Amino acid sequence: MIVRSYVPVFWVPLRNLRARKGNRTQYATGRLYSRLPRVRIGAQDMADSAYLTRLAIPDSGTVGDAPRHSATVRITHWITALSFFGLLVSGVAIILAHPRFYWGETGGVGGPSLFDLPLPFVLTGQTGWGRYLHFQSAWIFVLTGLLYVISGLLTGHFRKDLPSYRVLQRLTYRGVIFVLSPLTIWTGFAMSPAIASVFPGIVTVFGGQQSARTIHFFTADLLVIFLFVHIAMVWRAGFKNRVGAMITGHSHE
Amino acid sequence: MNKLVTRRKLIGAAAGVSGLAAAARLADRYGLIPPDHGGIYGVGETLTYASQRLLMAHNPLAREFDRSEISKVFPVNGDPPENETYRRLLADGFAQWRLRVDGLVARPASFSLAELKTHPSRTQITHQACEEGWSFIAEWTGVPVSWLLNLAGVLPRAKYVVFFPFDTFWESLDMQDALHPQTLLAYAVNGQELPTRHGAPIRLRVARQLGYKSVKYLSRITVTDTLKNIGKGLGSSAPEIGYSWYAGI
Repeated sequence: MIVRSYVPVFWVPLRNLRARKGNRTQYATGRLYSRLPRVRIGAQDMADSAYLTRLAIPDSGTVGDAPRHSATVRITHWITALSFFGLLVSGVAIILAHPRFYWGETGGVGGPSLFDLPLPFVLTGQTGWGRYLHFQSAWIFVLTGLLYVISGLLTGHFRKDLPSYRVLQRLTYRGVIFVLSPLTIWTGFAMSPAIASVFPGIVTVFGGQQSARTIHFFTADLLVIFLFVHIAMVWRAGFKNRVGAMITGHSHE
Repeated sequence: MNKLVTRRKLIGAAAGVSGLAAAARLADRYGLIPPDHGGIYGVGETLTYASQRLLMAHNPLAREFDRSEISKVFPVNGDPPENETYRRLLADGFAQWRLRVDGLVARPASFSLAELKTHPSRTQITHQACEEGWSFIAEWTGVPVSWLLNLAGVLPRAKYVVFFPFDTFWESLDMQDALHPQTLLAYAVNGQELPTRHGAPIRLRVARQLGYKSVKYLSRITVTDTLKNIGKGLGSSAPEIGYSWYAGI
């Protein structure tokens, strides 16, 4: 099925159209896009659907005014950041109650484990608020993520070529959005006894509930590593400017 | 212009609020709102409970396993009740113990352990996960809660079944989970009489929820249409100490 990247078409003033000739013409002319992304996404892709909404405003002024990040990207970015923080803190609280990992369906104290976290303590009693916060944050994370991906598909956001983004960078963002996050959500669901009664396959595919828990732990770890690398890269690119761009939409270079 | 916008906003807000209120009433009628829906985590809790209830509308069974998959290691949390009543009952092998079934039922009844064992039983090998993270598979034998409730005759306005033990960890289930075929009053595990620390003489088994819903050392079952007047009104002892009432996730 073919849909049109709907944002810019009717609103782009001619002046901007011309200004955009070259690498941006395809948006301004409203070329047809297939709904499924060719999955050529990049971080700055996210940044750049921005571009479209800005173009959509008839008197948006000069080219230099085009925002780096669209309102959708900016809002979903910060809500995701907040919910990820909630997931991380509560996830740590839950893990500390039983910092051992297993493979298969079952595992517990007294039996063999795959590995134990080298912690000098076990902290029980923090899982009550931990679980409440984890699932509340998970709802926000999942719903915001869906909004981001759907709007990204509709605006052609995941399809842009951004010369300033390198292959590795693109692969990383793609992996986080389309592999790591979905896998973490999936393994999270697989641990739920109620969900497993509805869809037994979502847990048996991993070989059992404890396998799902272990995979959940590793994918979550990778997401945390991504977070650190992400922050480091933003730091390197100019922290104030890039964070400012993610808040206001504009960089001030 | 400003006035118009304000009015529009007002009408919009009013529509939003009344829409939410209507949704809440509808959700309540269909039993989609958990008793611990208040507080800062209430929204997430309600979303989880409501969506899982809708997903499980066809009442699927929890996974069952093969005998060979039964866990060799069988962890246990908590100690038996310390009160005199329980100690006395335990001392003579629960010969004097009776399980009361009362509340919104047509025929309140009570059963001795021997009587319970004469009723139709169900044996199932299921997985149980503790909210802490560990899990095990065991074979449970017991009387389905639905069997006893049908004997007692549940009144139409009943919404919850409350389980009172000899200790302080009372629990409750909505009717969907209480009447679920795998919800048992278990008196045996892995073919043996229930050991004391596993909840003798009888414990609840809720196959589609985490371990803490399967309370031990039962003494009384009450059918009710509201949980507001029991304990702190949050549905069970779990939310009173910070744990979710619904433990399907």
